[in-house]
Amino acid sequence: MHSQEITVPVNADIDIVTARQKGRELARDLGFTSTDLALIATAISELARNIILYANSGDILLSVVENGTRRGLKVVARDDGPGIPDIERALEEGFSTSRSLGLGLSGVRRLMDEFDIVSEVGNGTTVTVKKWRL
Amino acid sequence: MQVPILKQRDYLIASIQAALTDADLLQLRDALVSQVGTYRSRGVIVDVTALDVMDSFAVRTLRDLAHMIRLRGAETVIVGIQPEVSFAMVQLGLTLEGVSTALDLEEGLAYLDKKLRTITAPIIKKRV
Repeated sequence: MHSQEITVPVNADIDIVTARQKGRELARDLGFTSTDLALIATAISELARNIILYANSGDILLSVVENGTRRGLKVVARDDGPGIPDIERALEEGFSTSRSLGLGLSGVRRLMDEFDIVSEVGNGTTVTVKKWRL
Repeated sequence: MQVPILKQRDYLIASIQAALTDADLLQLRDALVSQVGTYRSRGVIVDVTALDVMDSFAVRTLRDLAHMIRLRGAETVIVGIQPEVSFAMVQLGLTLEGVSTALDLEEGLAYLDKKLRTITAPIIKKRV
């Protein structure tokens, strides 16, 4: 049913809205609670905005993942932007993401169950997050 | 999508109807900051009931809006933040420091009425 991956190109601020709406729809189909839907949509919004802010363009990929009997939603945010020189620091800074132009990655990590980031200077950034159904 | 701004008494009421892009939010901020002068409004209510996401950009823009409007001499109250949205905001570490909030439009109006009345309480002579 949800075997295929949904790709949302992120090139302008309207795409941030599209990405989080698509993510919310898929999560709703998976049976996530309304609280989780808000967390997921917010996380996607932050990830998509990072793409616009730091790389100008990229993609948000949405898919269903399974682990035994558990199902979840996987969100991949990837770009070919400048990359992040110091990932540790990017994850530390910006507890109050709204005050600075911090990446807000630490916030996204708190919203989701799993978080992974691969970034290389000059070679873009890929953030992968998952939320599992309870 | 443009947010309709309603003028009621001394107040401006912006009722967000659907998801807003970053550009829409900035436009709303600028429109309210400007119209507070045009209509000599004393209070502004921003109704966010329809928003299912308030991310860092939205929160920052609403906070800026409220602070800018205070500098213009009016009060702002944000109404209708949904329970799930408030949870996501707290998880993300987002706050609306220094910005007044109320449950809904009705509470927002009551808040402004009370707040502005105390500032400009008319002197009523008591009959002896």
